[in-house]
Amino acid sequence: MEPYVDGFVKTPVGFVPRVRTKPLRSDILGTITTRIGVDRHDYKVIPGLYCVGAPTPESPVLVTANYKLTFDSVRMELDNLNAWILVADTRGINVWCAAGKALFSTEEMIFSVRSSRLEEIVSHREIILPQLGATGVAAHKVMKGCGFKVVYGPIRAMDLPEFIKNGNTADESMRMVTFSLKERVVLIPVEIFLLGKVLAITILMTFVLSGFGPDFFSLSAAWDRGLAAFWATLLGIITGSAIVPLALNQLPWRMFWPKGALTGLVAGILCALTVSGTSGFLESTALILWTSAISSYLAMNFTGSTPYTSPSGVEAEMRQGIPLQVGAALLALIAWITAPFMG
Amino acid sequence: MKDFRYIDNIASLKLDRDACIGCGMCATVCPHRIFEIQDNKADILDFNACMECGACALNCPTDAISVTPGVGCASYIITVWLSKLTGKKVDSACC
Repeated sequence: MEPYVDGFVKTPVGFVPRVRTKPLRSDILGTITTRIGVDRHDYKVIPGLYCVGAPTPESPVLVTANYKLTFDSVRMELDNLNAWILVADTRGINVWCAAGKALFSTEEMIFSVRSSRLEEIVSHREIILPQLGATGVAAHKVMKGCGFKVVYGPIRAMDLPEFIKNGNTADESMRMVTFSLKERVVLIPVEIFLLGKVLAITILMTFVLSGFGPDFFSLSAAWDRGLAAFWATLLGIITGSAIVPLALNQLPWRMFWPKGALTGLVAGILCALTVSGTSGFLESTALILWTSAISSYLAMNFTGSTPYTSPSGVEAEMRQGIPLQVGAALLALIAWITAPFMG
Repeated sequence: MKDFRYIDNIASLKLDRDACIGCGMCATVCPHRIFEIQDNKADILDFNACMECGACALNCPTDAISVTPGVGCASYIITVWLSKLTGKKVDSACC
């Protein structure tokens, strides 16, 4: 039995697992490893009906996704409440992303209601969906498909108790997305850890490239210059994937690529100044361009983690940003490779 | 969200006021609160806050709203561009 199940509730169609509303150590550990990207694509709950407290046929039905982080964030808010939790099969993806990929969908809602035989368990005909699920679900079609009325609940699980207390009504603040500092901070680790493989290859390549010079290949040059390139790469990642998300609303411009280019430029200059004792103009330029390009690209990628960037807008900024990022990276590469021959 | 504004005049959102029956679903589901119902018709109050999530259009019972929905995510768009070049199927390993 899964550790988060603490009992069973008898219903006309069989026993329904009752889940805890307080985190266990295994839940906390799972959250941490998922946030740093480990097993992120396989952190799932078995879809189906669950419950909290001692639900009756009149209790509300809350629908959620089968990503365990999502499932956890819902059940942890339901302390002292009696409710049914209907977990849809979203292949372990959160509500909003699953809705965007047609996994948290009209068809999935109808299927979940039917396969859990909800109409035999509850006396009402209402299911409460997270508002962000609306991107994938047509409420009127769910009604037609299974006879259950979709009520869009609050965006954040933390507002569920208040929403239920108010007779299933959400106030404006519950319906508006936010992007607070805390909400941005939790996204940073996965942004960085997911770079893993690409980063390892990039760093290896920069060390190798750094070794080529007038003596064909020098191990000491590979090490010294490689280390400088390594720091430039690391700084670009930190500014693009951490500083930009943190200072998102303080940095100028609405597009993301210039935000990253700016922070990368500053970091690149600092990096070049720190290693300036060993490098000349070409190498300094290369480091600055390289850091700016990486930072700009990663900042642009952060659009995917925000709740306010439109695809039309992202595409528009990519058409501007990518040519500049590729250009800067190529120039950096050329300057870096030719520098030893200019000395 | 007033601190977080994205590019202006670019969203693909369109509202056909003649087809609108004023049910208010768009106003309910919009995560940026850009709709308001006045005199039984929806109104777009803040067009530039639209992130094209598509929730309003999908939940409109009379198809009065249209928007080209999508994922506002650079790495996903790159995957789509690459798949057009290589002819491979889009692997949604994004989020």
